[in-house]
Amino acid sequence: MRSAHAIHGGIHPDEAKALAAPGKLLDAGIPDKLVLPLSQHIGRQPEAVVAVGEAVKGGQLLALAESPMSVSLHAPTSGIVTAIEDRPVPHPSGMTNLCIELQCDGEDDWLTFTGISNWRATDRTKLIEAISGAGIAGMGGAGFPTAVKLNGSPGQSIDTLIINGTECEPYISSDDTLMQIDAPSIVAGAEILAYIVGAKEILFAVEDNKPTALTAMHDAVAASESECQRDVMTFPTKYPSGGEKQLIEILTGKQVPSGGLPAHLGIVCQNPGTAVAVHAAILEGKPLTERIVTLTGEALGKPGNYRVRLGTPISHLLAVTEFDPSNNRRLIHGGPMMGFALENSDVPVIKTTNCVLVPTEQELPTPPPAQACIRCGHCAEACPASLLPQQLYWYARAKDQEQLEKHHLFDCIECGACSWVCPSHIPLVQYYRAAKGSIIDARAEKIRSDRSRERFEARQERVERELAAREAQRAARRAAAQKKADTDADDDPIAAAIARAKAKKQAADEAPSAVPDADS
Amino acid sequence: MLAEYALLLVGTVLVNNFVLVQFLGLCPFMGVSNKLETAIGMSAATTFVLTLASACSYLTYTWLLVPLDLTYLRTISFILVIAVVVQFTEMVVRKSSPLLHRVLGVYLPLITTNCAVLGVALLNINKAHTFSQSLLYGFGAAVGFSLVLVLFSAMRERLAVADVPLPFQGAAIGMIAAGLASLAFMGFAGLV
Amino acid sequence: MSLVDTQPVLAALIALLGLGITFGAILGFASIRFRTEGNPLADQINQILPQTQCGQCGYPGCKPYAAAIAEGDVINKCPPGGQETIDALADLLDVESMPLDAEHGEEKAPKVAFIREAECIGCTKCIQACPVDAILGAAKVMHTVIADECTGCDLCLDPCPVDCIDMIERKTGIQHWRWELPSDNIIASDRAAA
Repeated sequence: MRSAHAIHGGIHPDEAKALAAPGKLLDAGIPDKLVLPLSQHIGRQPEAVVAVGEAVKGGQLLALAESPMSVSLHAPTSGIVTAIEDRPVPHPSGMTNLCIELQCDGEDDWLTFTGISNWRATDRTKLIEAISGAGIAGMGGAGFPTAVKLNGSPGQSIDTLIINGTECEPYISSDDTLMQIDAPSIVAGAEILAYIVGAKEILFAVEDNKPTALTAMHDAVAASESECQRDVMTFPTKYPSGGEKQLIEILTGKQVPSGGLPAHLGIVCQNPGTAVAVHAAILEGKPLTERIVTLTGEALGKPGNYRVRLGTPISHLLAVTEFDPSNNRRLIHGGPMMGFALENSDVPVIKTTNCVLVPTEQELPTPPPAQACIRCGHCAEACPASLLPQQLYWYARAKDQEQLEKHHLFDCIECGACSWVCPSHIPLVQYYRAAKGSIIDARAEKIRSDRSRERFEARQERVERELAAREAQRAARRAAAQKKADTDADDDPIAAAIARAKAKKQAADEAPSAVPDADS
Repeated sequence: MLAEYALLLVGTVLVNNFVLVQFLGLCPFMGVSNKLETAIGMSAATTFVLTLASACSYLTYTWLLVPLDLTYLRTISFILVIAVVVQFTEMVVRKSSPLLHRVLGVYLPLITTNCAVLGVALLNINKAHTFSQSLLYGFGAAVGFSLVLVLFSAMRERLAVADVPLPFQGAAIGMIAAGLASLAFMGFAGLV
Repeated sequence: MSLVDTQPVLAALIALLGLGITFGAILGFASIRFRTEGNPLADQINQILPQTQCGQCGYPGCKPYAAAIAEGDVINKCPPGGQETIDALADLLDVESMPLDAEHGEEKAPKVAFIREAECIGCTKCIQACPVDAILGAAKVMHTVIADECTGCDLCLDPCPVDCIDMIERKTGIQHWRWELPSDNIIASDRAAA
């Protein structure tokens, strides 16, 4: 029986979860058209395998993952592919990316699938292939290809699987709802995941602000059999306990080393939604085509947790939830802490869309302009990664890459706790994001310029070598001609004279062309 | 005996700190304290010069000037000794770290004119120190100089990235910070 | 000593001279013992330069410019490096950073060379000009630029006799997008004024 530990820092913002009535799942229905970005995850874009004008059925493969760090894409319903082109996607930049547009025919005609019922007797690699084939990426918000995470690295053994039902961010309750209505699938999915990674222990993490979900998980665990030791752990509510590294410290007391991964501690974390998707993929052969999205905020007439098909435009969801634009200024993809604002409400829901927040101006006022840093140090008290946000802020402003790396900039999880506590309303996380971006670009630039330098130096060497070889050849030829002149001279004085003249002329001809050809 | 040397050391490093209390050697203090690495390099060079010059000038005084009754030549001969030691140090630095040599630039040969170095040499004579006392005095002065230089350069690195009002940016805020640090060090008065 | 009493000035001079000769000898020995070969500082500077070997700084390549900076040349002559390189050099050498010298060019968006293959005559002149061997081809055979290796130095443009090389901007997509640093307005009235 494990007991929870405490972590450094963290904040207690207003939870605001009741607005979306967690535990009750509504259906958003199927819109007229779906826009499916090919890239809904971290990693490479898959290749489209359908053509414009092709009719597809629900669950049909639309794009195939060609490389390991890629995830496939499947049709969430039946219809006709009307376009494969750039469309606005949910991304902080507001830029476009390649999407498959599907005109839904309303039939919702699906392919039939076959699962692997006896998965315990199946090879792990086959199971991972099935997960990859089902297009599953992490559904907690980051979208890391699940197959890659489960594969891990050779020589790394995993002892513990953590199912992260913390959902610490305010407003969001999609995982809470999932745990309340389908806890047995989460437990069964966790069983499969534990088998794949070889874990001996499964920990289900639920914050103490979700008592119904906690009971549901307890009941589901009690009602099922397992090869592993299982524990449903709860701990006091604090943002951002749900961050992978923070949760590991809470549940196990161990800290993931700076720049390291949970796998280095023998731990793998997965979202409950991912576990359910894995369960469906293995037992039924169903690909990932839908998810629970919390649609919340006081500007919505009917907020709630909705079952949404991937690719549903957010404008459709705003209509379903009776959006009232009169008092609203922002449309947020994600939660109030880590979400980003959307310029265009036509962007679709993707695998990592856990929430769409539509607040009124009073509910989430636009932040006032930033003032000067008063060096109060509240940010350092709030940081869950025990970093020094104030120092990171000053160095980010000064663009001092060396000091930023010394202060562990890349261990920042961008949770926003520091910005939340800042009395001067400085958008600290924006500084860190910009700094991370420029350091990543600088590293890539360094690799490129090192390569150019190597090529340049190799070329210099080659040119010198060729020059030297040519000089040697000429010298050899001249020596041979001289030698020939000498031997001729022995036989006949006239021939000798002719040979001597010839040798002299050759030497005279060679002299001007001693300049290398490369400079012509 | 040991207590006496300890007091001498504490006195030169903290109580009568050469830079912040006696206000000697301010030129490299302000000029080289922009970056921590440079400051550490400069303090290492100055420690080397101070200790060696302190010893050499004492020996020159005791074995050459005093027997020949030429004590009035001490200023010029000490400067000669210091110049030689600095030249030697510059060669060593250029060999071991060309980057540090380029970065210190003109401040390395300017250690010759560093009033702290000449000050140590002359003060040793004034206070009639023995050889070991002179050596310790020079070393203590160097440690005090290094301590202050390193502390101040760390402060200046932070000042460089802070939002200092425009009229104060650069040397001005550095001087103000140095003044405040000097006030702090004067708190050591009466310790020894 | 008697000389000191009778001829104090001479004694002083001899003493100082003796001191000077001794020290001079020490220094002479030290200068031979601590002789430095090569210029490792130039290598450190070269690591920072962008290696386009374009010659816009006035030197025939990045290594000669690095050597010149080590000797004391100004650091703001490299347009492909841009302000970032100048800042990095200023940081390394502990000097004040300065804006790019407009005389040597402007900081432009990264470009890559592209050969219009329909017009290429296969003369190999561009291949010989490329400092990083980024052009694939041989005599009388089609030439093409290996885009990943091209540094955008545009040294291949002049030698081409049929002028079939274009410099096109590198495409950037959502994958290359980066967050921008928030604006530096300290107080609310600054922001209102901006």
